[in-house]
Parts: sequence; structure tokens; C-alpha cells
Amino acid sequence: MINIIVYFTGMGLSIFWGTGFTKAEVSIHYPLVRPQQQKWSFSGPFGVYDRAQLQRGLKVYTEICATCHSLKFVAFHNLRALNYDEQEIKSFSNQFAIKDGPNEEGNIFTRPANPTDHFPAPFANDIQAAFANNGAIPSDLSLIARARAVPRPFPNCLTDILKNYTTAGADYIHALLTGYETTLSLEQKISAGKWYNPFFISGESIAMAPPLYDGRIVYDDGSPQTRDQYARDIAAFLTWTADPHMETRKKYGLRVIIFLTLYTGLIFFVKRRIWADYDKGHRS
Amino acid sequence: MIKEKGTYRPKTRCSRFLNHRLPFPRLIHDSIIKYYVPKNLNYFYTFGCILILMLTSQILTGIVMAMHYVPDVGSAFESREHFMRSGRYGWLFGPWHAVGSSFFFIAVYIHLARSLYYGSHKSPREIVWILGVFIYLTMMATAFIGHVLAWSMISAAEVSIAAGLFRAMPLVGSWLYETLLGGYSIGQPTLNRFYVVHSLLPFVLVFLIVLHIWAVHMVGQNNPTGLDVQSERETIPFVPYAAIKYVFTISIFLIFFAWFLFYMPDYMSHADHHIQADIFRTPQHVVPEWYFLPFYTMLRAITFDVGPLESTLFGVMVLTGSLLILLFVPWLDRSQVRSARFRPLYRICYWLFIVDVIFLGWLGSQSVNDVDVIWSQIGTAFYFIFFLIIMPYLPRFEKNWLPASIEEVIHQKK
Repeated sequence: MINIIVYFTGMGLSIFWGTGFTKAEVSIHYPLVRPQQQKWSFSGPFGVYDRAQLQRGLKVYTEICATCHSLKFVAFHNLRALNYDEQEIKSFSNQFAIKDGPNEEGNIFTRPANPTDHFPAPFANDIQAAFANNGAIPSDLSLIARARAVPRPFPNCLTDILKNYTTAGADYIHALLTGYETTLSLEQKISAGKWYNPFFISGESIAMAPPLYDGRIVYDDGSPQTRDQYARDIAAFLTWTADPHMETRKKYGLRVIIFLTLYTGLIFFVKRRIWADYDKGHRS
Repeated sequence: MIKEKGTYRPKTRCSRFLNHRLPFPRLIHDSIIKYYVPKNLNYFYTFGCILILMLTSQILTGIVMAMHYVPDVGSAFESREHFMRSGRYGWLFGPWHAVGSSFFFIAVYIHLARSLYYGSHKSPREIVWILGVFIYLTMMATAFIGHVLAWSMISAAEVSIAAGLFRAMPLVGSWLYETLLGGYSIGQPTLNRFYVVHSLLPFVLVFLIVLHIWAVHMVGQNNPTGLDVQSERETIPFVPYAAIKYVFTISIFLIFFAWFLFYMPDYMSHADHHIQADIFRTPQHVVPEWYFLPFYTMLRAITFDVGPLESTLFGVMVLTGSLLILLFVPWLDRSQVRSARFRPLYRICYWLFIVDVIFLGWLGSQSVNDVDVIWSQIGTAFYFIFFLIIMPYLPRFEKNWLPASIEEVIHQKK
């Protein structure tokens, strides 16, 4: 009986709305596969950056990423936050060449970078960058960890508030860099010069060739020299470049929240006291 | 000598001096300290005060942000980023201003919902309500323009969509479009005028809020029963009784604010907000800030032409209508009873309306291909049905029981 009612109601509604209930064509969502949540030293309200990991990440950036990607918002002296001393930063920055000028003769010249300089861009302009990279412009990486946070669907987006899930960007970078698939099924057609990566946020194929493989970079602190470890380190480093003041912010946050909680408690008792006096005075 | 009304008696020499020249202390005394409010106000009545706090916080942080901002298409994004990275407390001011705007809207939505529930829009508070709607509209304009100033990928996309809506208007459309953008497309003139307007509108807000508060003080505050205050016994002085409740709610509100500000400053914004604007590239999926989402859905719901009206123009009309309809709420609602507490039928409709607005907001956050447009159309239809049919005609079917006075309600509770 109920089935019949439901059936007729459904029919009535579908006639009423006409073609309204025909399902919209199935849309493809990118990334095809959502990044897995990883463990990070900087996740959670008390999370801090792991200096050694940031230093390894910097090594990955300079040896691999920097060939194509700029890091324009980061200055060499910012690396102080990675526990490098001034001398180390000076010698590190001297490895980079900076275009400066005009000098007294009016010429543009090249000089070694100073600690006050920002990381130089690998390409002179976007057109050169696109020409060298099969038409795709490599993104600036300074803010990439905050610009590539894959939105999470309901209800995760709400539980994220309580769980303080803020590492979506790092999870994405790790997933993307370790997510290249070289064995493709026959149906998958990837245009020439592109690479299939189901974790890529804006399509199924990405113009960046798989940048990391085991043993590509030599670590001097004994960390595993695997693709997975490289991806973790660069993700941590790029989270730092995107949010360099995270630790200060969390430190202040803790103080503010502790203060406000105590203050609220005090106000609660003051309020009870004031209203108790009122009730006493008006009990007539 | 001016006749002295009220209970204010200047005690110090300085205040006596002022009292005869510029009686500012008297104004404060009469409008805050010896201001009598109904004694049954609940915590939802404290959001007006929270809103003043949020406006102040937005203005102060905004001044700091403006000092470090360069309204130039080439350096706007960088100047903001530079301040937040290297400026003194830039890491605090940037997110404070951004997260603050979201919390300003959270507070204003609670404030609006409370007014609608307890019938604070009804006589004699029509002007209070209308000024409130104007404040809300100005806030939306300010927030939208401010969001564009960040000159991120998403702001450039948003402003081109919004300007396109103005262009859809008949006759004046192209003039409006070009005036808004300062040219035929988004560019330097757009950013310049947006910067000026964003710095100007907060002071319009201050002006409107002064009028709003003035009007509230004229007619007195509504209360959860919606009944008029009948005797002095039903009121309490604002200080300390109501004020301490205000301080309590403010500090709880600030805990939530601090959680987002310090621990998840990106939560309420879009990831594309961290990409520099490039007018030749548009993001795949343009979503406005969360506080615009219900209205954005209503715009997108109109996918069909109505007679001579093209779908875009009709969509713009629906969007404008959905906001302007709020101005007529005091006259659309024909109920004699103010508070939804004593209107069981209206109470059901009210909660359906709230669910509908949240549903519309959720639809707005989804990409067009994912959810059937029919849901947006149903949601939009219910939004208008609530104002145009339920509000005026529901009172005919309501049989309301109303207590005699606020005192009676308080005694019943005990």
C-alpha cells in the first residue's frame, strides 16, 4: 500500500516538475582521488615545525623545485627561522645570482644574492616560463600550501573545526608528488607532454613531470632518501613558506584563549552575584 | 538655566563644567547607565553589542591594513602579503581583519534571526528594522569590496561576475557596469575606486548604527515575550544587570573568534584567495564568501526566461528582491502578536525558513553540475513564500493565546 502511495506521489511530483528530476550529467571532480590525511609535526593547536625537516625541505626545493618554480615571497634572511645562522645564510644566498642595477654606468648587472634578497625566479617572465614548460607556467610556491587546500565535503568540513584540521595543503602536496601513476589503463588518454596524476587539483593530467624518485637527493642527517620522505619534507617546507608565523600565532592564541576562558568564568560568577542581589531585593 | 531632567547629577567640577556646555556625560548616563530595559531579555539580545564591538575591531584593524596597502593592480596582493609576513604584527592584523568580517556576519545573522523570531520588526520598531536592513546591506557591500581589495584570483572573478549582474539591468546597465569598474573591464581604476569606497563605507555604517541605536532608545527594546512593558517593575537598569550579560556573551563569542583567528584563519575563506589575481585566468569554481551564498544560489536558481525577461535579468531581480523584501517585512507581517513564542504555526514556518536559508547556502557552495537546479528553485520559492504568503496570511489561521504581561510570564516560569 505504502509503495503504491510513494509511487504515485513520485509520479505526480515528477510530472509537476517536468524534467526537473532528470539527473544532471555526472560531473567529474578534481582531484579524482582525495589526499589522505598525513601526520605532521605542525598539525593541531600545539603543532610546531620540525626544523630538521624544514632544512631538508629547503634542500629539496633548491635542488629540484627551484629549476622551474619561484619562491618570490621568501627572503634569504627568513631562513633564520630554520635555525641557520647568519654566516650560513650568507654563503647559501651567495650561490644565487640576482639581476640588479642600473649601476653608475647605467647597466644592469648580475651579482650574488644577499641575505636581504628574495629567492630569484628561474625564468625572466611568464612567457619564457611557459615556453620552457610545454605551455604551462610553473606556479610560485610561496603560498602554494594554502592555495591548494582541497575542500572537504560535508560533514568532514564541520568536524574539521573541532579537529583543527589545517594541513589540507601539506596533505595535497604530499599526495600529488607521490601520486603519479605510470601504468595507465587503455581508456585513459593523456595528451603528449602531460602526466597522469589522480591527485592533481585541476585536471587528470599535470604538465609537471614526476619530480621525485628514491635516492635523488642526498640527505646528510640520515633520513630515508625515499620519494615519500622527500615529498613530506617539501610539503612541510612549503607550509612554512606559506605560513611562516604559524608558531607565533598559535602561541598567542593559547594565551588569548586561556585568558578569555578564565575571564568568562569570572564574569559568570559576577553575573550570578549581581542577579542574586537583584532577586533578593525584589522578592516581595 | 536649562531644566535638568533625568537622574544625572554631575559630581566633579569638570563634569559640572561640561554639563552646561556639552552634556556628553549626561548623554552617556541617560542612554546607557540609567537606561531601562525589559528584565526578561535573553542572551540573544546581546548581539547588538557584539556587532558594535566587531565594527570597532574591523575599523581599527582596517586602518592598520589600509596603511600598508598599495591600491595598484601590480602590487596590491604583494603589499598585503608583505605586511602579513614582515610587518609588525602583520600576521595578526591580516587574519584578524579577514576572520573578523566573517564573525561580524555571524553576529549580524544571529541578530537578524532573533529580531525575526521575537517580532522586533513590528510596530513601533519599523524604523529600527529598516535601519538595520540598511546596515546589513552596507555591510555586504563593504565586505564584498574589501574582499576584492585582496586582489586574489577569486576576488577578480567575483568582481567580474558582480559587475556582469549590474550590466544585465536594462537601460542603465552598461553605464552602471562602466561606472563600477571605471572602464570596460576590471583594472587599475576598479581597484582605486574600490579602495576609496571600502574606506568610506564603514563611516556610513557608523552613521547608520547611531541612527539605529537612537531609534531603539526612542521606542525601547523588545523582549522575548513581545509584550509591551507595562510597569517599571518589568524593567531593570541596563547597568549592571543587562550589561553583565552582555560582557558574558561577548567573552564567549570572543573565544570562538580566537579559535578561528589563531588556529584556523583560512577556514572561512577559499584556497584560491592565496593566488594572485590574473585577469586572464579564472578559477574553475567561483564561490563567494559564505555570507553571500544563499543569495548567490537564488541568482543561480533562475535558469529560465520569464516572458520578455531574460534569465540573467530575472536572476538579478530575484537577487535584488530577496534583499529588498526585507525592507517591507514590518508591513508584510500582519500578525497582532509579536513574539513567535506565542505563535506555534509561525514558529514552525520560521524554523523552516532558517533551514531553507542554510540549505540555500549549502547549495551555493556546491558546483552547478553537482546538484540539480530544481533544489535551488524550490529553496528560492520557499524564501519568497515565507515573506509574501506566510507572513501576511498565516495570522488569519492563527489562534494565539497571549499572557497579560511580562510579569505573568516570569512568574509562570518560576
